[in-house]
Parts: sequence; C-alpha cells; structure tokens
Amino acid sequence: MTSSAENDGGLLLEMRGLRIEGQADEEWQEIVKGVDVVLNRGEVLGLIGESGAGKSTIGLAAMAFARPGCRISGGSIVFDGMDLMAMSERERRKLRGVRISYVAQSAAASFNPAHKLIDQFAEGPVEHGVRNRAEAEADAKDLYKRLLLPDPDNIGYRYPHQVSGGQLQRAMTAMAMACRPDLIIFDEPTTALDVTTQIEVLATIRNIVEQFNTAAIYITHDLAVVAQMADRIMVLRYGELVEENDTANMMSAPQEDYTKTLWAVRTFKKQSEIYDTSTTPLVAVDHVTAAYGPLTVLHDISFDIYEGQTVAVVGESGSGKSTAARVITGLLPPKQGQVLVKGEALPGDYRRRSKEQLRHAQMIYQMADTAINPKQRIREIIGRPLQFYLGLSGRDLEEKIKELLEMIELEPNQFIDRFPGELSGGQKQRICIARAMAAEPEFIICDEVTSALDQIVAEGILRLLDRLQRELGLSYMFITHDLATVRAIADEVIVMLQGKIVEHGPKDEMFTPPHHEYTDLLLSSVPEMDPNWLDELMERRAQEGVMQSTSSS
Amino acid sequence: MFKLLKIVLQRLGLGVLVLFIISVIIAGAVELLPGDLCQELQGQSATKETVAACRKELGLDKPVYHRYFVWLGNMLKGDFGVSLANGRQISELIGDRTANTFFLAIYAAIISVPLAVALGILAALHRNSIYDRVVNIVTLSSISFPEFFVAYILIIFFSVNLGWFPSLSNITPDTPLTEKMYKAFLPALTLTLVVVAHMMRMTRASIINLLASPYIEMANLKGMTRRHIITKHALPNAWAPIVNVIVINLAYLIVGVVVVEVVFVYPGLGQLIVDSVAKRDIPVVQACCVIFAATYIILNLTADILSIITNPRLLHPR
Repeated sequence: MTSSAENDGGLLLEMRGLRIEGQADEEWQEIVKGVDVVLNRGEVLGLIGESGAGKSTIGLAAMAFARPGCRISGGSIVFDGMDLMAMSERERRKLRGVRISYVAQSAAASFNPAHKLIDQFAEGPVEHGVRNRAEAEADAKDLYKRLLLPDPDNIGYRYPHQVSGGQLQRAMTAMAMACRPDLIIFDEPTTALDVTTQIEVLATIRNIVEQFNTAAIYITHDLAVVAQMADRIMVLRYGELVEENDTANMMSAPQEDYTKTLWAVRTFKKQSEIYDTSTTPLVAVDHVTAAYGPLTVLHDISFDIYEGQTVAVVGESGSGKSTAARVITGLLPPKQGQVLVKGEALPGDYRRRSKEQLRHAQMIYQMADTAINPKQRIREIIGRPLQFYLGLSGRDLEEKIKELLEMIELEPNQFIDRFPGELSGGQKQRICIARAMAAEPEFIICDEVTSALDQIVAEGILRLLDRLQRELGLSYMFITHDLATVRAIADEVIVMLQGKIVEHGPKDEMFTPPHHEYTDLLLSSVPEMDPNWLDELMERRAQEGVMQSTSSS
Repeated sequence: MFKLLKIVLQRLGLGVLVLFIISVIIAGAVELLPGDLCQELQGQSATKETVAACRKELGLDKPVYHRYFVWLGNMLKGDFGVSLANGRQISELIGDRTANTFFLAIYAAIISVPLAVALGILAALHRNSIYDRVVNIVTLSSISFPEFFVAYILIIFFSVNLGWFPSLSNITPDTPLTEKMYKAFLPALTLTLVVVAHMMRMTRASIINLLASPYIEMANLKGMTRRHIITKHALPNAWAPIVNVIVINLAYLIVGVVVVEVVFVYPGLGQLIVDSVAKRDIPVVQACCVIFAATYIILNLTADILSIITNPRLLHPR
C-alpha cells in the first residue's frame, strides 16, 4: 500500500460543503450536513461509520447521483476540474461508468439476472464508445484473470445465478474497471460475504486498484477492513465528519471520543468457564443426520450443552449451523439420531412435542425486523408467549410484560404501547430477546443475532445476553460466522464445515494453536486492526499454500 | 433445454386433462338445460309419437354417459356433429365464424397490446406526473363502462355523427382484407378500450417495481441512457408478469366478444353461440364452448412457456 504522501498525482475529486437531503413523510431532512471530501489520483479513501451516517450517500454524490427520494441540496462537486453540479444529466452520464464507477454491496442483486456477466461487462465500454465488443470481451477475460476468477476465459458466459457470491463480487469489480476509470466507489463490497471469502475479495480488489493506480472511495462499517484498504480514513456520524486522518495515525491514535468508542467496541469479553461434563447435559444432540429432501446437510453430529453454558457454532454459510438449530427446535425432524433434554429424548417433530418441551427452547433470530409482527404492539408481541406458555392474563400479564421490558433495559411505560416500526434495530432485537425470555426457557438459540446490527449496538446486545445468563442461569447456542462475537461470548466453540463438526472444544483452546486446518483458515481470515495485516497474511499464505476456501469463492 | 421440454410437455398434458374435465362440465351443463329439444323443434305440431321418433333419431333416448362418449369420440375425430336447427355440418358452420372471431381478436390485439405496453412504460417513467394520471383515469374509465355502452357511444360518434365507419360489420369470407379492417374497426376499437387498461396498469406496476431494483441503479451508475435501461434491463425482467396479463386479455378478446359481436352484427362465434342457445341447437353450443375452452388453455400454456423462456434461472440452471 502506498502512503498518502506518495499520491502526488494531483487533485482528482473535491467535494466542498456537500449537503444532501432525504425525503421522509413529505418533508426534506438533511442527511449529509456539509461534508468536505478531497481525493488525490491513485489514493484510497476509507469512509467509515454506522448505518445512517451517510457513507453511501456521500459515495454516490461523488458521481453526482442521488437515490430516488434524495437530492443534493448544496455544496460543490468538482471532478478532475469539471463542476459536476453545473453539468447536465446527459453530460454526467458520459462520466458515469467511464471515469467514475461503482461497486455495490450486493453483487447478486446488482447484476441483471437476465444477462450474462460478460454482456454486462461489455455494455459500459461499448455503449460509451470506449471499446468495440470484441475488445471489450478480450479485456473482460484479462480482468477476470487478474482478479483470480476461476476459468477466466469462460466464466463471463455464465449468468449471475450460476456463480458464487465471492465470484460475483469480483466480476462486479472487473465490470467497474471496464473503462479504466479514475475513481471507483466501493460500497461495502465484502459485507455480505463469508469471512474466508471476504479476504480473497479484499486482496484482489486492492491488488487491481494498485495495478491501474485507480483512486477509490472505500465505504464500510468494518474498521479492520478499512484499515487494510485505505490510505486515509474519514469517520462519519449523522451525516457529519467526526475525524479524518491517514490510516496509520487514525488506527493508532484516534482523537475524538466517538472514534475511540468505535475502536474500543471489540473489547467486551466474558469470563469463560470450564464445565463439569460428568453431569447430564441440558441439551444433547446425539448422532444427528438431517437432510432437505435428497440433500444431506448434517452428517452424524453430536454435541452437548450444559446448564449456564454458551456454545458458539461457527462456520460459513451452508455449513449446517442453522440446520442444527432447526433440528433442536423440531422444525426439521432428523433422519437419524435424536435430541435429548436433560437425558430425555424429544420427539423429532415439534408438533409432537408437549407445550412444556417447547417452552424449554426458544429462539432469537438474525433479522429482528422480520421476526416480529409489525402490526402488533410490544404489549402483544411479548404478551403472547406469556399467555400461551404461562397462562397469564389481566394484571399479572401486564406486570410480567413490564418486568420483562425492564429486564431488557427498555423503559416499560414508554415502550409497551409502541409498534416495532417506532423502534431502532437494536431495540427491536431487545424485544425479540424479551419475547424469548417470556417463555422462561432454560435454553435459547441465538441465530446470528448481532450480524445485522452496528458494532456498538451489537455489543450492547451481547452484554445484555451475558447479564441475563448470569442472573438466570440460561444456556445459549450461539450461531454466528463472526469470530469476534465468538471471542466475546463463548465458553465452548464448535466449528462446522460441510455439515460436519471439524473442531470442538473450550474457547481458549480453540483460539490457541494447533488448530484443525479449517479452523486455522477461519481464524486467520478475521481482519485485524493492523494496517499491514492483509499484506503479511497474503504473503504467509502464498508461502504455505494454505487450503482454499471451501465455498469455492 | 431438456428441462424446458419436460415442463412444456407437462403443461400440455395438464392442458389436455383440463380440456377433458371441461368437456364433462359442458355436457353436464347442457343436460341440465330445461325443456326438450324435440318438443322445441316440432313446436305446435308435436305429438307423443313424433317426439319419440325424433328423440330416437337424434340418439336422445340413450343414457347420458353413452351420448357423452359418442360425442367425445366423434369430436376427437374432428366431427362436431350436425346442427339440429338446419342440419348442416357444424364444422362447416363454425369454420368461417371462428376465422372471423380470430380475425377480430388479432385485430384488437395488434392495436391494444403495443398501445398498452407503450402507455404503461411511459406512465412508469413519468410516475405521478399529469400524463400518468390522465392515462390512468382514461383507461380506468373505459374499462369501467360496460362493453355495449362503449360500443354504442362509438357508433354514435363515428358512424352516426361523423359517418367515418360503418355501424354494421357484416363481413363475408370474400370481403377483401382492407375492407374487412375498415368494417371491423369499431368492434376492434371497442375491444381495445375494454382490455387496454388492465394490460397498461400491469406493465406500469412491473416496470415501477423493477426500476427500484439494485441492478437498475447499477445500470444508471454505468451511465446507461434511459432508453437503454428500459429496453435492456427492465423489460427483459418485466416480461413474465406482463405476458400473463396480455394472454388473459387475448383470451378475453376471443371468448368475451359475444356482446360486441352482437352489437355490431359481426358474424363471429359469439353471435353464433347466442343464436344457437336461443334455438336450443345444443351441438353447436357445445362445439363453441369446446373451442373457447381450448383457446383459453392454449393461450395460458403459451404464457407459461413465455415466462419460462424469459427466466434465465429456469432456462440456464446452475
């Protein structure tokens, strides 16, 4: 990586006093409040902040583009000496895709499902008259090769649904490169990917940006990622700049309090304990094999969870983590094996379990948004399991709901009559926790409960879950792909790969070598704050010839 | 490709089954009609003996299922039977009229489908503008009036007041094409007004839905022109829902023309079916119903196949 001092290619982009408004309920509200962004040729600028900070909006403004419902209301945008604000839409179109291009978060949604990858690649250069079709195809193959896509000569002739997420993300980077732009906006390009896939995409993106000396604005909420990618970092909050500095200084010596809290987020760590395994486990998964139709997704899985224990299950998407949860809750009856609670075997199908057996195990989901009924008040959402499992009504019910709200640190009288739409993401997840707690379970399955949340909010949720566990002696099965979360909350860790358990043990053992080969890959792929981490890792992997990601990224 | 063929064959098989069920329903419904055909035919002069003889001659004395299977068997051979009213071969009777009805339907479709799709795309592009509102109001009004009303209004304006087009569309097989088009213009326009709103609104909704998707934003950010985005990115993905609505309306153009044909005295199937019901000419009614049902099924099959062809996930599996 080059430091900003070497990027003396001159000024490329200058946005001054940028103001952008968004429309909410027929009213225009300012969502970007006078931000200055300056970028030199060949420089990579990181924009970081939580959701709602205005990162993407600012990134798109660099192309003088505002999403429907937004408008650029003030400030100047000068790209390579041209005033974009003074240009006609027609003139701006000629710049977009040619001199400034964009890489979106979800490659799967941003490729048109009806056309082949290479057609979408060629569209830009051909329509803008930069290259003819044959040249564009040859160039696509060259870029696919540079981005380390498998079978670069033929992969372009596939449709988007025929390649994996990591491959699509790289194909989109190639598409953004098609006209050799001066500037590329990367908008959270790896957020939707597994950790082992993410690292390969990060490395190839950085490599290609360097090869062509392309300037970039790299938008992310992940500090460790931005530390690898950017020369300079801007921290944003509520549409305003909090702090700006070059990467090394920003990582080692953040000045503002807000930045420091962002940096400190990964500090929460609960005291992990070793459990007496001679007693009967609370939940025992005993040689379970499960399948969706003819497709077997769990192969002879066994593990135990003891009272008061948190077991984290990690693995990439498709490794069978969530399927294991479905078997335990009875949503997917196993083909072979059984689930035992306190030594007693449960029926495989939840419909044949007693209310008492159902009450024991509750779930909290990843998307709090979709897991609660938006048309019900908090009172009904939390009250329903209280009525169903505990038979409460009237004043008892009311009191219990309030008690639960207090337990999840929300002011009862203020929240009890609200609708989910009036709550923030973190508050909704707290409501989901309260709903799970209402059944007075002994065991809760947390399925990626923090992955949709900003880091500071996520940390609050983890602390809450930890407190509830200590007070009530709960056991958790914590499904996640985020190893930082595992570090924070687990007592024991199970690593899954292709429906099998590849490693299983106490957390501290897990995080100290020797590991299973796959665990090692997983652990080493978690980005670290050190700006040199990616370079060193790629170098080490090149020397050792580490196993490739299993998801054929 | 093999998968596609399999789906098509499956749908075809299903279509045949549906057609068979419909034939049972038609035969059953006809059986339920009140009155006796022979009584009706002979009118005042009917005696017990002549009615019985007539029933025997027409096979009406046989049990229901027997008659059904004979009818079905003959129809599979292409023999629709003989009209009871005038003794002519039904296939011969229906032939010209079917051609006329299809002519009118295709005529109306050629006007209405491109019009509806174009209006829909423009309405989607200029959403909530004056243009959008006007198009919505006009098409909705035209669909809200009964067909015969629309037909008479058109006759008043174009035939009575302006005298541009004839109010009677009495065409024969020998009429030259241009004259046919001239004479059938008002019925075709009536049908267009009735079906265009539905197709236009569906086109508008599908396009608006698609314009919000990330790959449209991506195309914008690649600097593509609006026209390119609509034709290359939005339409290919919008086809499936649009095609379905178009096909339902095409089927309506063929099956639902009864009133329009009667108003304009257009010699099509619709008019024939109305006449035949009045005359209790059961075999003709049955034959018309079977043709209508088959048209519906074939058009829906076409819609299914078209939506499969336009979906790359089905056409190009992983």
